Amino acid sequence: MERVEAKRAVCVETATIIKNDHVGVGLWEMELAAPRIVAAKPRPGQFVHVRTVPADPRGNPHAHPLLRRPFSLYDVDMERSNISILYKVQGTGTSLMTKLRPRDLIDIMGPLGRSFSTPSQANGPFTALVVGGGVGIAPLVYLTRLLRQRGCKVGVLYGASTCGELAALYRLQQLGASCRCTTLDESLGVCGVVTDLLPQAIQALHPDFIYTCGPEPMMAAVARIAQKNNIPGEASLEAHMACGVGACLGCARKLRGSDAGYVKVCVDGPVFPIDRIEFEAGEKHGAEEATECEQRV
Amino acid sequence: MRTEGLAPDLGVDLGGIKLANPVLMASGTFGYGADYVDLVDPADLGAVIVKGTTLHPRAGNPPPRIVETPSGMLNAIGLENPGIEAFMDEHLPRLRAHHVTVIVNIAGESVDEYAELAKIIDGSIGVAGIEINISCPNVARGGMQFGADPGAAREVVSAVRSVTSLPIVPKLSPNVTDIVSMAVACQDAGADAISMINTLSGIAIDIEKRRPLLGNVFGGLSGPAIKPVALRMIYQVYRAVDLPILGGGGIASARDALEFHMAGATAVSIGTGTFVRPTLAMEVIEGVRDYLVVHNLESIDQIIGAAAR
Repeated sequence: MERVEAKRAVCVETATIIKNDHVGVGLWEMELAAPRIVAAKPRPGQFVHVRTVPADPRGNPHAHPLLRRPFSLYDVDMERSNISILYKVQGTGTSLMTKLRPRDLIDIMGPLGRSFSTPSQANGPFTALVVGGGVGIAPLVYLTRLLRQRGCKVGVLYGASTCGELAALYRLQQLGASCRCTTLDESLGVCGVVTDLLPQAIQALHPDFIYTCGPEPMMAAVARIAQKNNIPGEASLEAHMACGVGACLGCARKLRGSDAGYVKVCVDGPVFPIDRIEFEAGEKHGAEEATECEQRV
Repeated sequence: MRTEGLAPDLGVDLGGIKLANPVLMASGTFGYGADYVDLVDPADLGAVIVKGTTLHPRAGNPPPRIVETPSGMLNAIGLENPGIEAFMDEHLPRLRAHHVTVIVNIAGESVDEYAELAKIIDGSIGVAGIEINISCPNVARGGMQFGADPGAAREVVSAVRSVTSLPIVPKLSPNVTDIVSMAVACQDAGADAISMINTLSGIAIDIEKRRPLLGNVFGGLSGPAIKPVALRMIYQVYRAVDLPILGGGGIASARDALEFHMAGATAVSIGTGTFVRPTLAMEVIEGVRDYLVVHNLESIDQIIGAAAR
């Protein structure tokens, strides 16, 4: 597996919005012309740090919200030099972002952080199992694109509360990934949570590697099941951060087996080996316990 | 009318620390100068004040460590740093190689620790001055306990003064009733300049968990929200004390920096603003230069304290 070390090629760019569409329940996709960031060859799992107020050099430097918001790269169009982010409306910053229109300018910084490990061509056939929950699917879409370009077999397990939140499904299918979905309301796919499908998918695919991003209890369950099956993997974490480059020490996180203190999600991550992460305490998830749907039956 | 005179002199003397320009990176917002290297050449700055450094390594506070608030942010990092030894061995040589003017921010848990830190730094090459952190609101011992009482501040500054000839700059906390008495105590104890202000103590609450949001409960408020408080305190200290002032607190533009100079600051420090706009310090340097040109001024000295006299 090759793990490209975070290259120090960070730039700040005033990007032009190409589109900013409502693509699912509470979900928006923003595509941006960002030639400088694309020229830095962003990798799957890396993120951009976005000022959510419109960029205006003569504008108010104190505009609220002050801090940038990190969004992982949802997709990158190398030919057009465009990047996309998938975002969920959660607070003031993301609400403001939904008001932006094509041709508006926005201040972004990137590419930041450490990417997912990917197999080098020399590794031979490679099967990846991708497990995404909700908006956590975002970095896994660009990852799937890269893996498919390298000829890897990619299975995707994609869960959300309802089918309207499975905004990335069509794109994943277009990329040639075999997708299985879960929803809590049975509106699409299997009723339940995405980790219900994991043991069976591991049996069917025999994956070499598992990639995951989503709510912490989901990733914790993925980690446990992956370990039980001796499959290595990586997870992308989320954290509140200010600088995004390792200066403010705001996005600290403890890793398992490191008494050397905290790591920084922004520069040491956001992608970490799945067996190193101490997940936030959460109840058992999916295949490990009867889900809501089974209880209902 | 714009005059085609000589380029204005942006250089200032901060209590014996000669700065090529008056814009510094505040401690704890620029690491050891390496994090922003793609975007800012630290050698172009007036100086870099490195992250608060302690005698022994510190892991810092449990997360969450930061939360955004209206026009600002609360942080409770808890002085995470690799300790003075690692700083001297690993970070200082790199800063020196890049010709960065370095001010080291030191934080002790006792008066003796401050003196020991200063003694270690005193003999080294490549340090222009010492900022004495008597104002960190996020640690259990040390920090603000020395910055809330003039007697304790005097003790720390005197102890540091007795072991180093480097310029020493205590950084004051705004969490006091009488900022002037703190500055006077520092002056009496032999400080060369005053740095102000550190963050304002505050908390934020998670209404779903019904618990304080920060792992440390208390955090320090920074950003544009605190600018008027910083300006007021600098104005008061400028009028009461003879030492030069390094002023900061919410600077987000050249216009803000000019306000700080006019309130009495000889130099300014940028902190939270860098997180928002990594190149803000460079924009401030340019903006201050433009102001001097447009107003036909030869040096910053002509505006320092202009509004406080």
